[in-house]
Amino acid sequence: MEEILDILNGLGLDADFEHCTTLIDDGILESLDIVTIIAELSDAFDITIPARDIVPENFNSAEAMLNMVNRLLDE
Amino acid sequence: MKNVLEFLEKTAPVCGDKTAFSDGEESLSFAELAHLSRAGGSALIAGGLKNEPVAVFMKKAPKTIAAFFAVLYAGCYYVPLDASMPLYRLQMILERLSPRAVICDEASRNLAEKLSPEGSVMNASELFAADENAAALAAVRAKCIDTDPAYIVFTSGSTGVPKGVTGCHRALIDYANALCPVIGADEESVFAMQVPLYVDACMKELLSVIKCGSTAYLMQQSMFLSPIKAVEFLNEHRVNTLCWVASALTIISGLGAFEDIKPQYMRTVCFGSEVFPVKQLQLWQSACPGARFINLYGPTEATGMSFYYVVDRDFSDGEPIPVGRPFDNTGFMLLREDDTEAASGETGEICIRGTALTHGYFDDPERTAAAFTQNPLNKHYPELIYRTGDLGRLNERGELVFVSRKDHQIKNMGHRVELGEIEACADGCEGVVRSCCMFDKQKGRLLMFYMGTADEKTLGKYLRSMLPRYMLPSKIKRLDALPLLENGKIDRNSLKDMEI
Repeated sequence: MEEILDILNGLGLDADFEHCTTLIDDGILESLDIVTIIAELSDAFDITIPARDIVPENFNSAEAMLNMVNRLLDE
Repeated sequence: MKNVLEFLEKTAPVCGDKTAFSDGEESLSFAELAHLSRAGGSALIAGGLKNEPVAVFMKKAPKTIAAFFAVLYAGCYYVPLDASMPLYRLQMILERLSPRAVICDEASRNLAEKLSPEGSVMNASELFAADENAAALAAVRAKCIDTDPAYIVFTSGSTGVPKGVTGCHRALIDYANALCPVIGADEESVFAMQVPLYVDACMKELLSVIKCGSTAYLMQQSMFLSPIKAVEFLNEHRVNTLCWVASALTIISGLGAFEDIKPQYMRTVCFGSEVFPVKQLQLWQSACPGARFINLYGPTEATGMSFYYVVDRDFSDGEPIPVGRPFDNTGFMLLREDDTEAASGETGEICIRGTALTHGYFDDPERTAAAFTQNPLNKHYPELIYRTGDLGRLNERGELVFVSRKDHQIKNMGHRVELGEIEACADGCEGVVRSCCMFDKQKGRLLMFYMGTADEKTLGKYLRSMLPRYMLPSKIKRLDALPLLENGKIDRNSLKDMEI
C-alpha cells in the first residue's frame, strides 16, 4: 500500500489519496494521470496492466489500485 | 453565401429528425438544433445585443452548440469558455472582453455569476424557451456581411496572456468547402468529437454536421480514462470518422486497447495539432485496415486546418509524416529569415495567405501586427500573410514537411540543430512513446525528456547510433508523462523548470 501511496503522492496533486474513494468520480485524476500511474505501477510491481483493467473502478482509490495490482500479481 | 448559418438552413429541412449532435444521453436533431438556435438568437436580439462578443460558458453538450448558433443568429460572435479552463485564465478572458452577455448552463451558473460583469449572465434554457422572431432574425441577417466575426477562441500566448483569435464567417465557409471533401464528410459520416468546444479544432465536426448532414457524438474527457470503453463508444454509435489530436489517439493505441477491441466502422482517421509517432499510426492502421488516415496541420490564426496529407505510403520509425498540401483556396510560402522565398528543399517559415486568415487577435493590435504582416513578396498592393512561427520544407515529392517551431531551432557546437529532428529520432526508439528535446541555453546543452518503457541508457545508445555527435542530448530523463498544455501539445515551459 505504501508504494502505491508514494506513487500517488508523487503526482503533485492536492488530494488525500489514503482516504479518498472518488479519485476518478470527482475528477481528481485525469486520463494523463492514469497514464502516469499505469507506468509507475508497471515498474514498481513488474506487472503489465492490460487495457481491460484500465477502467475508472480500478483507479477510484488507492485500495482499488492495490486490489488490482494484487490480482495481477496472482495471475 | 455570406453567413455560416446558411449551411444549417440548407441542411436542417432535409435532415429534419436525424441526429445532428449527441453526447450519448442528450441529442439534438437537425430540426431541434435549428429551432433552438433561432429561438435563442431571437431572445438575444430582444436583449439588445448586436455585433459584439457573447461568451458561451457551458459544458460540452449538444445545447452548447445551439448556443453558439444562437449568438450568430443575433449577429454577434461567440466566445466559448469552459469550466475546466484554469480560473485565472477565465478571469483574464472575461476581464478582457467584459461581455454584456454570458450564456451559462446549470453547472456553470455559480462560477459564471462570480466571474462575469454584473447582470450579464443568462441561462441558456431561458433563451431556448423564447419564441422565434422571424422578422427580427431576418432584419439582423440583412445587415450581416461575410467578414463579420463569428467567434473568438483564446490560445495561449508565449507571454502568458491568452490571445483571442477572431475568426469570421467568410473564412469558416471557405474552410468548410475545402475540408469536407478531403475528410469525406457526408450524410453517412458519424464523428466522435474528442476536442473541447473552446478550441477551433472542433470546427471540423461542427462544419461537417451543418454543411453535410453528418452526425457528431461528443465525448467527455473522462471517456479517455478507459481506452476500451472509448473504443466501445465508437462502436456503439457506429462512429466512422475521427478528427483527434495525436495524444488522444495515442492513449488508445499506446495502452493496448486494440488487443481487446477494435473500431469496427472506421472510414477516416484525421490526426493533427502535433506530431503523431509513426509507431502509433501503424497500430491504428492495423486496427482499422479499411480506413484512410489524414494528417492535418494548421494554425488557429488561419481558421482551423490549412494543410492535409492523406497517408499513401509506409513510414519508418522517426520519419516525419508530411503535412502535405494546402487546402483548396489557401496559399502558402516558405520564407527565409530575410523575408525572401526559400529555395526548393530549403527550410523556411510557413506563411499562409488567403481567405483563411482570421482577423487577428481581439483588442491586441500589437501582437496582431507582429504575426499578420504584408506579404513581403508582393510590393504592389496590400496583402496580409500570417507568419506561423513554424518551420517547414518541401520534400522531394513536393509535400510540405513540418520541421519544428521557429523558436526551437538552436545552434549547438556551431551546427544548426532542429530539436524536432532529435525528437523524431527518439520517437523511433523501441519503448519510447513520445519525446521532447530542450536546449539549455545557459549551459549550452541538449536535454531529452521522454515517456515510455525504454530505460534511459537504451535510448542514449539508440540516439548515439542514429545522430551526429552535435545532436546528442547531454542528459536524458524518462518521465511518466510529458506535461501537456490544454491543447494537447507538450508544455515546454514547464519542462524548462524541471530539474534534471
